[in-house]
Amino acid sequence: MAVVFEKTKMLTDVNFHYCPGCTHGIAHRLIAEALEELGCEGKAIGIAPVGCAVFAYKYFNCDMQQVAHGRAPAAATGVKRVCPDKVVFVYQGDGDLASIGTAEIIHAAARGENITVIFINNAIYGMTGGQMAPTTLIGQKTTTSPHGRDASVSGNPIKVCELLSTLDGPSYIARCALSDPANVMKAKKAITKGLKNQIEGKGFSLIELLSTCPTNMGITPIAALDYVKNEMTKIFPLGVYKDIDAAQK
Amino acid sequence: MKQLMKGNEAIAEAAIRGGCRAFFGYPITPQNEIPEYCSKRMPEVGGVFIQAESEVSAINMVYGAAGAGARAMTSSSSPGISLKQEGISYICGSELPCLIVNIVRAGPGLGGIQPAQSDYFQAVKGGGHGDYHMLVYGPESVQEAVDIAYDAFDKAEKYRAPVMILGDGMLGQIMEAVEIPPMKDPATFPKKDWVTDGTGIGSNRRIINSLYIEPDALETVNHRLFARYKEMAENETAFECYKTDDAEIVLVAYGTVARICKSAVNMLRANGIKAGLFRPITLYPYPYEVLAKIAAQDSVKSFLAVELSMGQMVEDVRLGVNGKKPVEFFGRTGGAVMSPEDIVKVVMQKEGR
Repeated sequence: MAVVFEKTKMLTDVNFHYCPGCTHGIAHRLIAEALEELGCEGKAIGIAPVGCAVFAYKYFNCDMQQVAHGRAPAAATGVKRVCPDKVVFVYQGDGDLASIGTAEIIHAAARGENITVIFINNAIYGMTGGQMAPTTLIGQKTTTSPHGRDASVSGNPIKVCELLSTLDGPSYIARCALSDPANVMKAKKAITKGLKNQIEGKGFSLIELLSTCPTNMGITPIAALDYVKNEMTKIFPLGVYKDIDAAQK
Repeated sequence: MKQLMKGNEAIAEAAIRGGCRAFFGYPITPQNEIPEYCSKRMPEVGGVFIQAESEVSAINMVYGAAGAGARAMTSSSSPGISLKQEGISYICGSELPCLIVNIVRAGPGLGGIQPAQSDYFQAVKGGGHGDYHMLVYGPESVQEAVDIAYDAFDKAEKYRAPVMILGDGMLGQIMEAVEIPPMKDPATFPKKDWVTDGTGIGSNRRIINSLYIEPDALETVNHRLFARYKEMAENETAFECYKTDDAEIVLVAYGTVARICKSAVNMLRANGIKAGLFRPITLYPYPYEVLAKIAAQDSVKSFLAVELSMGQMVEDVRLGVNGKKPVEFFGRTGGAVMSPEDIVKVVMQKEGR
C-alpha cells in the first residue's frame, strides 16, 4: 500500500498537551515539516518560550533550550553566535514576544540576527488563564479586561510585523493565519522561507501566525477559527511585510 | 613576565586565556573596560562579542551560548547585576557554567560609581528567586582576580554552576603589575555531553531547562544542586589567615578592604596591639569552619568585621564565630573608603586606648 501521509521526523512521539481547538499543534507540525524538508535533522536548535508553548522542548525532535519569559531572542542570539552553522528557531507567544520581550525581539531584529522566529499571536494569555495580551483587540473581553479592552485604559494592540518591518536588519517578515487549510498552506510556505533565509545566511526572519485559544476565549474551536479569520485579520492584516529577495527583484 | 594592567582589562584577558570565547555585556561604570577590551580582543581569538540591548539580554545571551557549549561570560556593576538576577536564577536552575563579574559600586538605587561591598547579600545569599548558589570569589588584588578568572570556567564546568567574581570599583580601576598565565588549549577542556549544539536527535537530543512541573522532580533537582554546593564547600573554600596565630583582635575583611586591613594590622602591632586578619577568598562557600577554629583560639578576644557596607558579611562572621567571642562591625558606605588609620582608631577606641 502506498504511504500517503507520514508524521514528520522532527516531532517526537510525545502527545501534545494543548487544548482541543488550539492551533499550537498545527504550528508545531508546520515548523517540524519545514525543518525536515530543509534537511535540518541533527542540525537544529529550538528555543522554547514561557507560556502555553513552554513544553515545546518535549515535542520538537532536536536539541532544545527552554528560556526565561520574553528572553528567547537573546538566548537564541547566544546559541546562534557560537553555533553559526546550525539552524536556530525561536517559538514565542504574544505575551512573551510583544509584551515582556519587546526589547529582545526588536534588537535581535535590528542586529539582523540570523535566526528564525515563529510568533504565535492568539490575542490572549493562554497558560495563565486568559488575561489581556499586548495584541488583544479593542473591545475583546479577557480576565483582566472584563468589560472589553478599552484603549483609554489599556492602550492599543501592538502590530509586530508592521513595527519590525521598519528596521533594516530583518530579511523576511510575514503574517499568516492558521484559520483554514489554504492559510495553513501559506503559513507553511512562509515558515519554510524564513528557515531557508537563515540557512542561506540572509539574516533575521519572523513569521507571525494568527492563532486560536478557544479555551480562554470561551468559544468553540470553529468559532475561534472564525474569530481569527474575520476579526483578528482586520487589525492584523495578512501578508508579507518585508522580503529582501522581493526588494532586489 | 609581569605587565602593568588595569584590573578590568586583566580580568578580561585572564578569562579569555582560560577559554572564554563569548562575551555579552552592557555599559555601566566602573566595569566598562571589560566589554571594551573584549570588543577588541574576542575577534582576535575567534570569539564572540556582543554589546547587548540590556543586562537582561546579556545574561540571556550567556544562557544561550553556555547552553550551546561555549565558555561564555558577562560583566556589569551593581544596578546591572540586579537586572541579571532573573537570568542568573535560570542559569543556576538549568545548571549552566559561566563567569559573571560584578565590579561593585555603591547603592542602593543608582547609588554612586565608587567602590562598595554592598552587593554581598545579593551575591552569596541568592539575589534571584529560588534556592541556588554560585561560587563567589572576593579577590583582594588584580593578580588574585586574574588567577581566579583564569580557572573560573574549569570550576564552573566541574560544578555546572556560574562563578562570580565580586570585585569593586577599586579592583576594577587600579593598575598593578600582573603575571597573565598562557592561553589554555580548548582541546584539553573536558567534553560536555549535555550541550545543545544542534547535533541531538531522537534519544540523543539534549534539553536545557529549568522547568519541572512535578514537585518530586523539582525537589530532586534542588537536592542535586545542593549536593554540588556541598562538594563545592569541601573542595573550593579558600581563605587567608594573616598574623592570626597569636592575635587578640581579629579583623575579618575581603577584597579591597582586606588589603587596607593588612596595613591596619601592621600599624596596630607597631602600637603593641596583637591584631590579625582573617580574609575569606571564597564568599560562597564561606569558610565558616576556619573562622570557628580561630574563634576557639585562647589568644583571640574579639572580632571586628570591616566592610564597605552597613554590615552584610558580618552576619556570616557571626555564624562562623557562633557566639564564642564578641563580633563587632565597622563600615563605610556610599563609596567612601576607610583608611588604615580609620581602622586603627576604631580598634584603639574599643581597646580603651
